[in-house]
Amino acid sequence: MLNRQGRPTAAGEAGTNAHPTFTGNKALAQIEPLIFEIGHHETTGVDLDEPEAFTPRLGGLERKEAIGLPGLSEPEAMRHYVRLSQMNYGIDTGLFPLGSCTMKHNARLNERMARLPGFSDVHPLQPVSTVRGALEVMDELSRYLVTLTNTTTVALSPKAGAHGELCGMMAIKAAIEAKGEGKTRNVVLVPDSAHGTNPATAALIGFTVRPVPARDDGWVHVDDVKKLLGPDVAAIMLTNPNTCGLFENQVVEIAKAIHDAGAYFYCDGANFNAIVGKARPGDLGIDAMHINLHKTFSTPHGGGGPGSGPVVLSARLAPFAPVPFITAENGVLTLVEQAKDATEQPFGRMTAFHGQMGMYVRALTYMLSHGSDGMKQASEDAVLNANYIRASLADLFSQPFGDKPCMHEVLFDDAWLKDTGVTTLDFAKAMIDEGYHPMTMYFPLVVHGAMLIEPTESESKASLDLFIAALRDLAMSAKKGETERFSGAPYHAPRRRLDETRAARTPVLKWTKPAPFAEAAE
Amino acid sequence: MTTRYTKDHEYIRLEGDTGIVGISDYAQAQLGDVVYVELPSIGKSLAKGAEAAVVESVKAASEIYAPVSGEVVEVNGELEATPGTVNEDPAGRGWFLKLKVKDASELDALMTEEQYQEFVKSIS
Repeated sequence: MLNRQGRPTAAGEAGTNAHPTFTGNKALAQIEPLIFEIGHHETTGVDLDEPEAFTPRLGGLERKEAIGLPGLSEPEAMRHYVRLSQMNYGIDTGLFPLGSCTMKHNARLNERMARLPGFSDVHPLQPVSTVRGALEVMDELSRYLVTLTNTTTVALSPKAGAHGELCGMMAIKAAIEAKGEGKTRNVVLVPDSAHGTNPATAALIGFTVRPVPARDDGWVHVDDVKKLLGPDVAAIMLTNPNTCGLFENQVVEIAKAIHDAGAYFYCDGANFNAIVGKARPGDLGIDAMHINLHKTFSTPHGGGGPGSGPVVLSARLAPFAPVPFITAENGVLTLVEQAKDATEQPFGRMTAFHGQMGMYVRALTYMLSHGSDGMKQASEDAVLNANYIRASLADLFSQPFGDKPCMHEVLFDDAWLKDTGVTTLDFAKAMIDEGYHPMTMYFPLVVHGAMLIEPTESESKASLDLFIAALRDLAMSAKKGETERFSGAPYHAPRRRLDETRAARTPVLKWTKPAPFAEAAE
Repeated sequence: MTTRYTKDHEYIRLEGDTGIVGISDYAQAQLGDVVYVELPSIGKSLAKGAEAAVVESVKAASEIYAPVSGEVVEVNGELEATPGTVNEDPAGRGWFLKLKVKDASELDALMTEEQYQEFVKSIS
């Protein structure tokens, strides 16, 4: 419908009648070629004098042809990178409901602290005597992580979640070997709903994975675990809260059964953000758990920054913590870099240096600026927000484990889409048209057509209400049989839906010069 | 000619003492477009339930398990270039491998065509 000025009155119609543009740009959504495709040989951002004649001493190894570096003027280079940055979707552009990923706001205060020259300009090979402040930060962060989890020590150096898993499992392996059980204890129990990295970690260091089957209620049952336990079991890897968004309600009994069988309890701490200040994993009986600073303590990730996955260890595993670690000598902090200098039995080293210093500063800033009450409230708000979404969508969407409260993320399945002709993938693509990054889809694998939504505590009620309204509108559309809105989505994104099959069957793995560039390089 | 099915949706079709192994039509439909197939080497000895091959679709990567014990005598090399055949003709040209069956009595534990169709109905 057009209004009196001839303008379409509904947003949808504007797109439908649109003439394809000459440039391929869609107004402010501009397409951007690779920098090698826009650069010109004769253009440059700086004026360099022609070098004076000289005799090269490369013994005939001089370059014979142009190597095809892109030449761009400063405005061209600036536009290129600004346009690319505008194609991004991040937590600073909108709600990022990706479940199991905890895309929470990265506070600017954290960034400011990380940029203090005393932190940003230090080098890992600097003499320890010149970086006492940085060590103080690492030590303080360690103390907080140990306190929040009620454990004995922490290995700070692992670079992200899966690396932390590896560190924790290597500590378990070292403990088992120290007891002379290295040959006999070679099985690790992993629930079906676990992150894929759990079985991969166990397998990587030579364990055999024994799956704990999923139950209809989404919880791991202690009876199932007991049936799988034996003298060959080294450990269980359990995520809590689990990937179905539920708190494992038998976790204490499971921990006891594991310990009674002489095995260790590795907890995947990816979802620790739901329970910070509410429950201490050490009280639940865990022996090792990685903490994703980039999730729980708001350091940037997902392209915005590196991960960081410190691992807390119980008293049983603490002696095996890897180097480097911090000790105090006569009240002065110093780093123990070599296993031979340690009084305990470190299993080795996970990283060349000390880990992600910038992330330590950011995480500690988050902790200090929130305080213990603030961190507790963040956990509560994250859980409240997820349940607000759950309750607001419960009449339209289906919940695989019944209508019960979730933790920090809410899991729906695709039973409600049955016979609509719309799949979870279609629904996710239609969310892109609405300006939202899709939720996590098809994970966890134990739920059919899973949609895992984690709003985090960062979102206001107004933001959640708009998100819920958009999802409700899409859901109603699907139920009314408006399949077109989904089957062709996204309609409004710079790129339409990709042909995943073709991309996988005939991947283009090598960039080739487009013709005009090849000529220009002559 | 006997065809038997496993709970993991593999079929084995007996021709003499050789069993042709592939995945059921239901399995290919659930997997979606198959994009990659990894086959075992010829001569490999497989125990019943051991990983025999890997099939990857746009949705997931899955293992194909040996329905019975035996030795790999032939593999369908064409699948490496045209994995889509698994979708087009799973029971025919989309076969994965041929096993020299070690113990034919192991087949008795598997499902018949009729039992398998019942099984599929019960899970879908």
